[in-house]
Amino acid sequence: MAIDASEIQKVAHLARLSIDDSQVEATANTISSILELVDQMQSVNTDNVEPMAHPLDATQRLREDVVSEVNNREQLQSCAPAVEDGLFLVPKVIE
Amino acid sequence: MYDKSLSEQSRALADGKLSSVELTQLYLDRIKQLDGNYNSYITVTEELALEQAKAADDRRAAGNASALTGIPLAHKDLFCTEGVKTTCGSKILDNFVAPYESTVTRNFKEAGSVMLGKTNMDEFAMGSSNENSYYGVVKNPWDTQAIPGGSSGGSAACVAARLAAGATGTDTGGSIRQPASHCGITGLKPTYGRVSRYGMIAYASSLDQAGPMTQTAEDAALMLNVMAGFDHRDSTCLDHEVPDYSANLNDSLEGLTVGLPKEYFSTGLDSEVEQRVRDAVAEYEKLGAKIKEVSLPNLELSIPSYYVIAPAEASSNLSRFDGARFGHRCENPEDLMDMYKRSRSEGFGEEVKRRILVGTYALSAGYYDAYYKKAQKIRRLIRDDFMNAFEQCDIIMGPNAPTSAFNIGEKSDDPVAMYLSDIYTLSVNLAGLPGMSVPAGMANGRPVGLQMIGRHFDESRLLNAAHRFQQETDFHLNRPTA
Amino acid sequence: MTWETVIGLEIHVQLATKTKIFSGASTAFGAEPNTQACAVDLGLPGVLPVVNEEAINKAIMFGLGIDAEINKVNVFERKNYFYPDLPKGYQTTQLEKPIVGAGNVEITLKDGSSKTVRIHHAHLEEDAGKSLHEDYHGMSGIDLNRAGTPLIEIVTEPDMRNAEEAVVFAKKLHSIVTTLGICDGEMSQGSMRFDVNVSVRPKGQEALGIRTETKNLNSFKFMEAAILKEVERQIDVIEDGGKIIQETRLYNGDTGEARSMRSKEEANDYRYFPCPDLLPIVIEDSRLKKLRAEMPEMPDAKKARFVSEFGLNEVDAEILSGDQATARFFETTAKSSGDAKLASNWVLGEVLKSLNANGTAISESPVSAEMLAGLIARIKDNTISGKIAKQVFEALWNGEGKDADAVIEKKGLKQVTDTGAIETMIDEVLAANAQQVENYRSAPPEKRGKMIGFFVGQAMKASKGKANPGMVNQILKKKLDG
Repeated sequence: MAIDASEIQKVAHLARLSIDDSQVEATANTISSILELVDQMQSVNTDNVEPMAHPLDATQRLREDVVSEVNNREQLQSCAPAVEDGLFLVPKVIE
Repeated sequence: MYDKSLSEQSRALADGKLSSVELTQLYLDRIKQLDGNYNSYITVTEELALEQAKAADDRRAAGNASALTGIPLAHKDLFCTEGVKTTCGSKILDNFVAPYESTVTRNFKEAGSVMLGKTNMDEFAMGSSNENSYYGVVKNPWDTQAIPGGSSGGSAACVAARLAAGATGTDTGGSIRQPASHCGITGLKPTYGRVSRYGMIAYASSLDQAGPMTQTAEDAALMLNVMAGFDHRDSTCLDHEVPDYSANLNDSLEGLTVGLPKEYFSTGLDSEVEQRVRDAVAEYEKLGAKIKEVSLPNLELSIPSYYVIAPAEASSNLSRFDGARFGHRCENPEDLMDMYKRSRSEGFGEEVKRRILVGTYALSAGYYDAYYKKAQKIRRLIRDDFMNAFEQCDIIMGPNAPTSAFNIGEKSDDPVAMYLSDIYTLSVNLAGLPGMSVPAGMANGRPVGLQMIGRHFDESRLLNAAHRFQQETDFHLNRPTA
Repeated sequence: MTWETVIGLEIHVQLATKTKIFSGASTAFGAEPNTQACAVDLGLPGVLPVVNEEAINKAIMFGLGIDAEINKVNVFERKNYFYPDLPKGYQTTQLEKPIVGAGNVEITLKDGSSKTVRIHHAHLEEDAGKSLHEDYHGMSGIDLNRAGTPLIEIVTEPDMRNAEEAVVFAKKLHSIVTTLGICDGEMSQGSMRFDVNVSVRPKGQEALGIRTETKNLNSFKFMEAAILKEVERQIDVIEDGGKIIQETRLYNGDTGEARSMRSKEEANDYRYFPCPDLLPIVIEDSRLKKLRAEMPEMPDAKKARFVSEFGLNEVDAEILSGDQATARFFETTAKSSGDAKLASNWVLGEVLKSLNANGTAISESPVSAEMLAGLIARIKDNTISGKIAKQVFEALWNGEGKDADAVIEKKGLKQVTDTGAIETMIDEVLAANAQQVENYRSAPPEKRGKMIGFFVGQAMKASKGKANPGMVNQILKKKLDG
């Protein structure tokens, strides 16, 4: 399946990536060639096949409801780009 | 001592022939002297390594040493290591000093191993050539014109060049086996769920698995003994008994049935590579194995299935790299959207962005069924193929890649050509099986590995088969001349 | 044109667990910013979720509480979108296989009629953090303490037709979750938040109108006001020839203003897919059996029992069974006093009136159920009259005595039941009111019943309310009628 320039911009926006205008065409072409490769799948009949999300048929283990984490704010925020009063700072959030 | 295997070094340390500090210093000197040629390390933790070596020697003196105590190892730079820069090969984590320790590296710490540093890799483990690292291309120690393979290219190169006794790698679609093959070392990808993924920066969660990269199968068994096991912090890590992987290395191969999938020997496979693989299989026959042709009819579909599932999971896994709480944030963002878009676009490299786009597209409204769901159905077909094949054999053998290592730059402009070269490794991850590469000689002047695939949780049998092969051959002893 | 309103609700209920749904960090309310946000809650690279058993149990209990189907295999999915209060760039939630299937909730309206609101399903998910909008040099502050708090989101069918129904339903749901003990019900702390979907259509039309969603209402009062306002707005728009736009709206309870939410303007494509870090949750019959055995009496059953066991009317029983604390207070009072009728009158009367006036929770009432029962006992044994009892209650409320007896004793409020004393007092009243006595005696007997009230009043006043009213009546009648 080919993907055009406007579609690629839409997908990039969803993924919060920006693509230079000069690169849009080339990106669309590369992504189209990858989609063409994966389109091979469409030739196979999978009508009665159950999708497989995990390689092993295991089920979720449950954790006991006991507090195991202590306050480690200082260390956890040591790599943060901007912090004040223990808060992570980001450009204004407008609701 | 640096060219001895990890196992031999372990015995030498135990016999008091040298100290961990001496051994560690030896490697640190070699790294300084030689790694400029290969670029296999992103970070060398010299001070920490010597500290750990000293502690290991003290521990040995106190009588508490284990097989891995004092052994200098390198870790792929996607294992979070507390207090040490952890980049995942990406600019977006260039300033990231992990505030916690991954389970794998914690296990090695607790065993008393020494960390020499963090190895180079394709950014976010996305790549088959190690050309996608923010920290530069890694060069194959056998021929610096050649790629080392990827994504664990730094780990493979540093073991091949004897710049570490062993290294950790991760394998999402072949990222341990293929570089091990290209660099002439031994690499093992365990069963999905065998080794904890906690603290291992995720590429594709349902496919990623960590494993050892070493000179020999015996070394790999020692490392896997430390890595494998249940972890309450990883829901997908299974509470399955961990055997002593060193215990059955010498078992006889008499009666072992080796399956050769006919699809592994079809068009596209380089004739010299094929010959090395067939030679290796002949060696197994001599060791008493029975050889049988089997079939994996959906093998070709592993490429499309993988290149939908992995990017889809990645597109979501990589959303947390948003410039808000850690990692790269662009200069003076105008607003929130600008922060997201510029931080991510500046921080991620081309291949990562490409896979995020493909994955986002495959999950988006209107395409989910045709791509993601379809790929998951095909994933089941691929697993069922293996289950059927294992009705007829104990181990599957074949090549790791269609050719030996190609030249740097040869395929870097053509992602589709690059993806196609993953044909022999991807299906193993889709099915969650253990897979291994062992050195099998040279093709076109560059190393080639034999790939072995086992049943779920059958790592012991793979290691046994690999070890017996290495008792009869010397491919694993060869090393590049530097 | 007559318009009909159609309302459906989505209710976020924070589950009263000690730790987050996917991490071992505390969920306690009111901590310093980000001190209860661990590496998992912050979405740092490499961390993994592990499901809290208690969150699963509490979600199941909700399902059992509304007689809904429990999905024995349920699956967590990722809902992908970028927002600063959503650290991973996706919310882990359930879509295709939620834990609780369809169920029903019965509500009783003010006019005594009842109605069924259908629950479409309820699913488990993680709460987001909070953006603080105080100005930090033109930036917003993010506190992720709340991130990862377990929620069930309950989704109703559009079964409500006006604000009253929606509020009665909301209160009923509050009563169900607090009775079950799965939520603390503290709406001011955000423990229960309502999203209201409102549309209008001409009466008689079957097709639904375009709806809007007003998000995050955290009081019944705000919810009612927001619905009334939105219905009025929609009707105005349509009657002015406009069209309703499907949008997300915000209602400010303090100012009473509502507006469209800018951040949610663009159409989202959430790219849901099964979370690869989590495995399917399988609910064993043994777990269901155990939880069923632990279920408390639900509000509907309790109400029915209050009617049959205590002889209450439907309306009183509905209120008294409405929440766990009120029901317990009433039941204790009724049982220790041995008079359910008086107990219900007092709880619905003085107790709730005083609590409302002071904004006090019933669990914090200064007059405990035992104290109230003691007071009722003194009314029953004629120690005090009903009127004096109100004085005693007020004194108890103000902490002027440890129980009714102490207050009665201290204030000398004991009822006078000595016939001689009452006769003397009445003689004095009659002597002082000779003219009224004359009028009474010359009046026809059918009018005397009313006229005697004057003398009773005078006599009670003379006794400072302490004379037994029954005796006063009896003696007066005897003396006046001769």
